[in-house]
Amino acid sequence: MIVSSAKPLLEVRGLCATVAGVPILKGIDLVVKPGEVHAIMGPNGSGKSTFSKVLAGHPAYEVAAGEVLFEGRDLLTQEAEERARAGVFLGFQYPVEVPGVTNAAFLRLSYNTVQGARGKDELDPLEFDDFVRERMKLLEMDPAFLDRSVNAGFSGGEKKRNEILQMALLEPRLAILDETDSGLDIDALRIVSGGVNHLHTADNAVILVTHYQRLLDHIVPDYVHVMESGRIVKTGGKELARELEARGYDWVTKAAA
Amino acid sequence: MSAVLENLVNQPYKHGFVTDIESDVVPKGLNEDVIRLISHKKEEPDWLLEFRLKAYRHWLTLAEPAWPNVRYPKIDFQDISYYSAPKPKAKLNSMDEVDPELLRTFEKLGVPMHERQALAGVAVDVIFDSVSVTTTYKKKLAEVGVIFCSFSEAVKEHPELVRKYLGTVIPESDNFYAALNTAVFTDGSFCFIPKGVRCPMELSTYFRINTQESGQFERTLIVAEEGAHVSYLEGCTAPKFDTNQLHAAVVELVALDNAEIKYSTVQNWYAGDKDGVGGIYNFVTKRGLCKGAKSKISWTQVETGSAITWKYPSCVLLGDDSVGEFYSVALTNHHQQADTGTKMVHIGRNTRSTIVSKGISAGKSINSYRGLVKISPKAEGARNYSQCDSMLIGHQCAASTFPYIDVQNKSATVEHEATTSKIGEDQLFYFSSRGIGTEEAVSMIINGFCKDVFTQLPMEFAVEATKLLGLKLEGSVG
Repeated sequence: MIVSSAKPLLEVRGLCATVAGVPILKGIDLVVKPGEVHAIMGPNGSGKSTFSKVLAGHPAYEVAAGEVLFEGRDLLTQEAEERARAGVFLGFQYPVEVPGVTNAAFLRLSYNTVQGARGKDELDPLEFDDFVRERMKLLEMDPAFLDRSVNAGFSGGEKKRNEILQMALLEPRLAILDETDSGLDIDALRIVSGGVNHLHTADNAVILVTHYQRLLDHIVPDYVHVMESGRIVKTGGKELARELEARGYDWVTKAAA
Repeated sequence: MSAVLENLVNQPYKHGFVTDIESDVVPKGLNEDVIRLISHKKEEPDWLLEFRLKAYRHWLTLAEPAWPNVRYPKIDFQDISYYSAPKPKAKLNSMDEVDPELLRTFEKLGVPMHERQALAGVAVDVIFDSVSVTTTYKKKLAEVGVIFCSFSEAVKEHPELVRKYLGTVIPESDNFYAALNTAVFTDGSFCFIPKGVRCPMELSTYFRINTQESGQFERTLIVAEEGAHVSYLEGCTAPKFDTNQLHAAVVELVALDNAEIKYSTVQNWYAGDKDGVGGIYNFVTKRGLCKGAKSKISWTQVETGSAITWKYPSCVLLGDDSVGEFYSVALTNHHQQADTGTKMVHIGRNTRSTIVSKGISAGKSINSYRGLVKISPKAEGARNYSQCDSMLIGHQCAASTFPYIDVQNKSATVEHEATTSKIGEDQLFYFSSRGIGTEEAVSMIINGFCKDVFTQLPMEFAVEATKLLGLKLEGSVG
């Protein structure tokens, strides 16, 4: 939903970033307003995942130039945990496994840390258990997941649901979902997309990083951006995604070059 | 480790130890006269002197073991003084005189106030009368017939018990360090749980040794008679400083029919500075004998200190249906070296053993698991399950696993699982992207990794151990 009068939630200007000295992002401009859904598409190696990680504050990436404002404040000077507490959420393409740490303990620590930082009440284990079970229904997740180690032995689909569950708990203002559709079968895609749509409101925004049109059938974007060699080379509406699906990326990148 | 803590552990213990005891120190060097002198000073019976001499004569024929995966300069055994009378720690008058850094460590570990005072060496008569606590403790134990005293006291008060069991698990000829310990040990603990008695409280060395130095060559003997149960705690999480570099302790456990001994250790000895200078060499021989049918011996250790750890708490499963367990967390940082593990020797029928080892290496440390599972020809139906996991933090540390398996009975089942993982940037980023800071993330990951071992520790110990690991790893990640 586009609300043109709203103040931008995220403003990215001329963002350049390197990893191990190799330039990956070469000048990205993007403005995201509350209520909007943006899809970032593009071929492998175009810099989509790097862009997500830079926004979330991954320490391996170095910002060489440009600025990023979140709710009008400089995001790049903040540590990753500060960004998360401020309301930036990254849904991982490959969520890491943490053997021995129960999902319940991890989710509660995360939830309470973020709540605390936002000046809200923390929940004790029993209260949290009620709360998280309610949220799990949204993603049709079995409560047994609470007692399992974080992501350990989860299937690809289960890991992605667990990511969206975290989004449901943390209620970010900006959710960046990196290839959330990869590894999902049709049913899981429907459930995960349903969850995201349910959580999306006029006050928050979603950036979807994806290869495929099929996710965008479920979560309909307001804008579609095509990334190529570290730049956004084309921006359009949702119909652009269909065109890309039909024609591939070549015509866009050639046109841009 | 933070700079503050580094300073703390790198400093010689400020308050030191009383030094006006020259008359009670034997000159450096080791020979039969020195051993006779030690035995004489301790007013020991002849059989004990003979036992010491036999060990010494055997020790002379042995070479220092070269097989552990540790490196250190050659020890000059003639440059050590082998006897000094147990000396009282210097007393301070109030907590105000205690090194503030030490207080900070206690704070972080959550050590209870009265324990802090005792550990820091403050005279605590007013607030906490350690003597009366010890007395109450002893009275309660005496009511049920449990003997828990220093080794010297046991030799005097219960010579028949000591003589019956001493050296029956670890003979004087066992290995280089055990032979050395047998020849020159000065003191230690003795614990006897009579038939059918379930010890009413956990026995902690803390209560026994907090006013005295335990000495360089400690000797511990624990006997649980038929059907007896005991849980024994050794060490504490607070940092322990010692002027002696070489420590070679011997611990023997004997469990008769249906008896159960649970032995837990949390060790945080001075590990040397961040460049590996100084630090204690801890060469320990620990072994339990499940002598009776259906007996059980369980070792749980959390090793975080010492420059070098050489330690293999083992079980000899002689009685039919006896059970041996080993749960271990060994953490090394900076230049620490640990070669630790266990031996499970199955002799009786249907004997079972479980090994769970968690090694964590950070800094430039070397952490090795070394274990032996031996199934003897008569150990019909014996079973073993071993799990050895290593976790690496950073790029300059090393972890090795040396499992030896020797099966001589076809009906035995032996399983071994091993994993290696790494706390890396991606794992920490996952936590931080959920709002969780590095220190908390590391603590959560490490505790998850060690959970199977921590659940074996007595509750208060487990809580302290959890904090201790976090403290030892401060600053090593991220």
